[in-house]
Amino acid sequence: METISGILDNKGTPLEKQKFTWKEMAGKPISKLDDDAFTRVRIILMNGVETDALRLSHGIARFNKELRLPLAQIRRTEQHQATMINWLIGADHSPLETTVAYEQVAIEVTAAVAQNEPDHYQAQTYRFGLLEDFDHLYRYSAMLDRLEGKDANNILQGYTDIVPGRKTSEHHRHPENDIRDNYEKESAALITKIHAALITGAEYQTHDYYMNIGPLFADPLARQLYAEIASVEEQHVTQYGSLSDPSESHIEKWLVHEAMEVYMYASCAEQESNPRIKAMWERFLDYELGHLNVACEWFKKIERRDPAEILGGPLPKMVEFKSQRDFVRQVLAAEVNLRTAGPVYVDKAKEPQSSLDYRNHLASQGLASDIVSAGYQWAPGGELMRKAS
Amino acid sequence: MATAAKVGTNFTGVQMSPKDTKRLLDAVNEIHPDVPGDERGMLVERAERNEEADRIGSVPVPGSAKGMLKTGFDMMKGKSPEVFIDKLGERLAFERNGVRLYEAMIAKARNLDTGNDLVGVLQHIRDEEFEHMMLVHAAMEKLGADPTAQTPCADVAGVMAMGIMQVLTDPRTNVPQCLNALLTAELADNAAWELLIELAQAAGHPNIADSFVKAKTQEDDHLVKIKTLMRRDLIMQTK
Repeated sequence: METISGILDNKGTPLEKQKFTWKEMAGKPISKLDDDAFTRVRIILMNGVETDALRLSHGIARFNKELRLPLAQIRRTEQHQATMINWLIGADHSPLETTVAYEQVAIEVTAAVAQNEPDHYQAQTYRFGLLEDFDHLYRYSAMLDRLEGKDANNILQGYTDIVPGRKTSEHHRHPENDIRDNYEKESAALITKIHAALITGAEYQTHDYYMNIGPLFADPLARQLYAEIASVEEQHVTQYGSLSDPSESHIEKWLVHEAMEVYMYASCAEQESNPRIKAMWERFLDYELGHLNVACEWFKKIERRDPAEILGGPLPKMVEFKSQRDFVRQVLAAEVNLRTAGPVYVDKAKEPQSSLDYRNHLASQGLASDIVSAGYQWAPGGELMRKAS
Repeated sequence: MATAAKVGTNFTGVQMSPKDTKRLLDAVNEIHPDVPGDERGMLVERAERNEEADRIGSVPVPGSAKGMLKTGFDMMKGKSPEVFIDKLGERLAFERNGVRLYEAMIAKARNLDTGNDLVGVLQHIRDEEFEHMMLVHAAMEKLGADPTAQTPCADVAGVMAMGIMQVLTDPRTNVPQCLNALLTAELADNAAWELLIELAQAAGHPNIADSFVKAKTQEDDHLVKIKTLMRRDLIMQTK
């Protein structure tokens, strides 16, 4: 296995040298048309990682006075990293086009993670969530075509399939069926901890994005579709959030998050095709190493433990940013009928009554995800091209 | 800023990814839609929601006490004077937005050597849009209506203008793309003045109608100018 060399040896860029200007943060966006879809995938993902870093850091600051200043100092950089990354999305993306890109992130990244994850239960959880985001992509693609007259494949660039997965209308579960078993902090591999932090952060961002843009739509069906899918994203945050061990200390979670950020920037820098964006990933990798070092110092000071206890050991190869079509198709064929009973994965026939009752009431006045996708079959250029031929 | 269309590595079409497209089509042909029906279900649902919907908002009650006492106050006439007020509010919003659109366009054209005084033409139109804005403002005051209120049609005009504003202020858009956006605005503006004059007459305000004729004539000129600029630029590039 390849590893990140020197995750604990490299000091990175010292915090006081991590500087930005407003103009570079609100800089030139990528091209929706000419950049590779995976450049946008990385941008969306890393914005999710940085906004989750802010979220976790604020959470820790609520409970720890001593850490408030160092966390605030790191957060300031993370805020500006998030800005510089997120502002790369050009204004020619309609909110619905960006949504399609968000789902591509969820599918391709979760599929890569599921294949790299050594813990079988955690991998199963990623595959389970994956099929739901895969279905969201299909519903949103139908919406994009039928609302704006646009082809979702212009965003996806052929990398991701546009077909039904586990039906969105069957994602809504009783909360008791959304909690998953967690890894054990003493025995889990570092990559397992990193994956849980990564995918939780990514889903959190997706949830927040849908909650913010849903009301921007005039069309009542689009508004309702966002309401239906945002609710599933909240379930996903609940699901993935429960994968991590709640007995980890705050500072231990901070350490894992910083390690995840290092790992992710290294993955992005390794595979980026746009030289300008690659330079940004490399710069931020050095910034994150700086953050990780600060976190390590505080870990030693407060917990009197060696960070190597948490961060030691090899990491697998970088997260692969590429089409995971074959894997997704296999998972779809084998696991589309899985449901959950508490933390356990069961067949559709064994889904608890609590989830069925819960969703039956929600859907009792109609389901936008069904209405907007009725009979939808993708065709190059959109379904109207299929109908014309 | 790009000034014209260029050939490059546009990744969006299926021709750029023939193998992936084949795989995608294989999936589409194998995994069929799981909800029966077609897009007509959306029509049914939208129709139902239209029935249930509230309105965007109301036209403010015209005729402030202060306005009523003013000499030269023109009494509100006609069956539904609020319809006319609403459309005046729309025109005021549109012209005010138009001033800002031309200012954005001037910024875009400022450093370009187009050889046809593009900036001068744009500045001239911008100033006339400002005149029209003040003309409508005066007409509304004369009727005792509140020109600072956002009427429902003004609000909707703002929604329509969002795309045009996005095109003009995006640093990446070129001159012909922006002229095309302005043409959309000018075509709508032209028809709107024509209608507004008729509405003023129908509402029993011939003086206001007369004052609008000059604006309509100037709008005819804007339309010709923008069409000509756009046509000249594109034909030159195409030949």
